[in-house]
Amino acid sequence: MKKSIVVAGVGGQGVITAANIIAKAALKDGYNVVMSELHGMAQRGGNVECNVRIGNVYSPIVASYSADAIISFEPLEALRNLKKVKKEGIVLTDINPIIPPLISLGIGKYPPLNEIFDSIAKHCKLVKINADDLARKAGNILTKNIVMIGCLHALKILPIKKESYIETIKETFPEKYVEMNIRAFEIGEEEISTLFFK
Amino acid sequence: MELLGKGKKVLLGNEAIARGALEADVDVVTTYPGTPSSEIADSISRVAIYLKKNGEVPFYFQYSTNEKVALEFAAASAYCGLRALTCMKHVGLNVASDALMTYAYVGCKGGHVIVTADDPSCHSSQNEQDNRLYAKFSSLPMLEPSSPQEAKDMTIEAFEISERLEIPIILRTTTRVSHARGVVELNELNMKKKKGKFDKGKLAVTVPEVARKLHPILLEKLDKAEKISEESKFNFVEDFGGKYGIITSGVSYNYVKEAVEDLNLKCKIFKIGMSYPLPIKKLKKFLDECEKVIVIEELEPFIEEQIRNIADIEVYGKGFAKLKRYYEYDMDIVYYSLAKFFGVDYEIDDKEIEVAPRPPVLCPGCPHRATYYAVKQVAPKDTIYPTDIGCYTLGLLPPYETADFLLCMGSSIGTACGFSYATNQKVISFIGDSTFYHAGLPALVNAVHHDHNFVLIILDNSTTAMTGHQPHPGNAVDGMGNEAIAMDMEKVVKGIGVKHVEVIDPRKINEAKEAIKRALEYKGLSVIISKAPCILLERKKKERKIYEVNQEKCKKCKICITKFACPAFYFDNDAIKINPALCTGCGVCPQVCPFDAIEVVK
Ligand SMILES: Cc1ncc(C[n+]2csc(CCOP(=O)(O)OP(=O)(O)O)c2C)c(N)n1
Ligand code: SF4
Ligand code: SF4
Repeated sequence: MKKSIVVAGVGGQGVITAANIIAKAALKDGYNVVMSELHGMAQRGGNVECNVRIGNVYSPIVASYSADAIISFEPLEALRNLKKVKKEGIVLTDINPIIPPLISLGIGKYPPLNEIFDSIAKHCKLVKINADDLARKAGNILTKNIVMIGCLHALKILPIKKESYIETIKETFPEKYVEMNIRAFEIGEEEISTLFFK
Repeated sequence: MELLGKGKKVLLGNEAIARGALEADVDVVTTYPGTPSSEIADSISRVAIYLKKNGEVPFYFQYSTNEKVALEFAAASAYCGLRALTCMKHVGLNVASDALMTYAYVGCKGGHVIVTADDPSCHSSQNEQDNRLYAKFSSLPMLEPSSPQEAKDMTIEAFEISERLEIPIILRTTTRVSHARGVVELNELNMKKKKGKFDKGKLAVTVPEVARKLHPILLEKLDKAEKISEESKFNFVEDFGGKYGIITSGVSYNYVKEAVEDLNLKCKIFKIGMSYPLPIKKLKKFLDECEKVIVIEELEPFIEEQIRNIADIEVYGKGFAKLKRYYEYDMDIVYYSLAKFFGVDYEIDDKEIEVAPRPPVLCPGCPHRATYYAVKQVAPKDTIYPTDIGCYTLGLLPPYETADFLLCMGSSIGTACGFSYATNQKVISFIGDSTFYHAGLPALVNAVHHDHNFVLIILDNSTTAMTGHQPHPGNAVDGMGNEAIAMDMEKVVKGIGVKHVEVIDPRKINEAKEAIKRALEYKGLSVIISKAPCILLERKKKERKIYEVNQEKCKKCKICITKFACPAFYFDNDAIKINPALCTGCGVCPQVCPFDAIEVVK
């Protein structure tokens, strides 16, 4: 068994934390895990990409057209990574754009959202969610990364058990934030079930 | 504390090295931070601070002023019999290389592991030099892990090898090993505090006569190292049938493994973990069993050249298929190149999806932005801006464009001396506080001594921000959380003999502009210390105010976006707004707005 996902977003959105939670949960279920993350500059606002791979894997990064899914916290970042996902794979993306600051200065262009979504839908299966709204519903926009994990779980892309995610969430956050993050996970889960499995 | 835990954990390659050092009961750890090496020492620092709360810390840790000092501190400790670990990024070893080359002659008694974290593809570096060449250059043995588990195992083994040979050893990682996470099995921790002893009377003062004696001794040790390499469990062969050979090391091994499985390749893999000196006998035997061989290694043909020296069969490597001497390898490159070597069909798609870039920018509220804004308001257009390495290098980007020239840490001041001589243009040079202590001081002495005519702006944000906010000599605490003596930047600069020195708070834009004007008018060397903490440190401390644009007063001149460019600003259709989630309340933008349209919320 080999499963790979790409977790993408913008610095400050909790992408690396999310990828780590997925990796740790996979280990709890007894899977081999390899993942990559690019740490670089302390500043916020750059694009961030983590690869998480479980099962019979060695490489910390994915080959083109090989990931089972992309979990993107921002639409443009889903597009940036599109080449990594399989034709029969899934792109799960949040729909709230974050405009790169250089675009305000006239450098580069942020394509219309429907163009982004069309390109993705042409390539593979597209699942759009408003994770910002869902995170606010859970109690804080900062829980967006956990909402995304809840969605990922409900999409049944990885064979990781819900309890293992919950355990890892408990180990990751200070006690006072645990409940809110579990709520975020479940709100994400629910969103996908109502979208697909009604 | 996860790093002190038990059982199996998912660890970062760098954390695995730190854990390995702790399992090997390391006594002294030194570093100067640098991506992708920083988390090794940062983890050790956290462990020290954590253990301090419960009593004695069984090792000593230091963020040294630079890599050379870090290496020298650890070399002295290892010479006295303590176990030492020194970590740095690849270019850090250039700084430490003067010490390294002769330290190899002198050697050590306690094991000393020198970690160099290389950065193929320059993810966060000024070059992508291959530090495996330093092993050959210095005649020191080297290990090269492929995964976090190996990173831990090799760190422990490296201490043993170093002690057996009585010379330091290099552990070379790359970004994709240091910043990969994987499952690591944790073993016993048995840490004890020790003291060493200096044995007098040995050959350790490297005057020419002594150096001449020591060089052949080093080469004898290297012969012994080759025997260790022949027997090392880190140099091993995997046989999947067939007569084609693959020789590989580092992260590339992982790509090879998956390619061999996925493409069903009949081959033998020689995985090299101790890559200097190479296990020549073992390799010869391997080559004897192969019809042809391909070497998969990133950057320089370091292993390949040595294989070419001993092989009678055809050797494939750099220049074949997609194997290049520059940039990191990835799955596509290795799959494609192996498929070609084996005559298997495999297509890759070179087309990239064109998407607007999203480079990192200075944070909202970053004090560097205020300094750059003020400078741009008053400096002549053709001013030359030599810059240095840190968050502030982002001044390169529009709209500031206050970065014209950069070589390495400290080069802002040395090159400013040269530019001020070579041209009649004004020169304003920028350097961060951590960088100033690292490599700026000697160059500033040069500037004072020769009275070079330029403005130096020291961006004193009280931290080493870019690499993760490590403390530096300007801070009153050290990396173990102990009290430290903080340098007084103004006194340091004046003490060196700079006559025109001003300390400014860049968040007061008008005062900053006036000070910069005075410095530009001054004939000779002038220094401005632009002092305001990194906003990420400030944010943790206090409640913040938030600013908003009063839409009635805003005349849409867009100066706040086109000239000042705090990323908290955005266009909402035509209106200019501030994103309250991003605003840090630094209070600089209201001074930039000519119409007083930016106001505190409530
Ligand atoms: C020889 C060398 N060592 C380490 C680094 C990594 N590095 C890049 S910038 C930097 C320090 C940045 O601190 P500072 O000068 O205070 O600027 P800030 O990021 O705080 O603005 C370091 C350690 C390097 N590029 N070269
Ligand atoms: S981390 Fe600090 S110094 Fe670096 S860009 Fe952000 S505010 Fe500026
Ligand atoms: S006060 Fe102005 S300059 Fe400072 S962070 Fe907020 S919007 Fe940016």
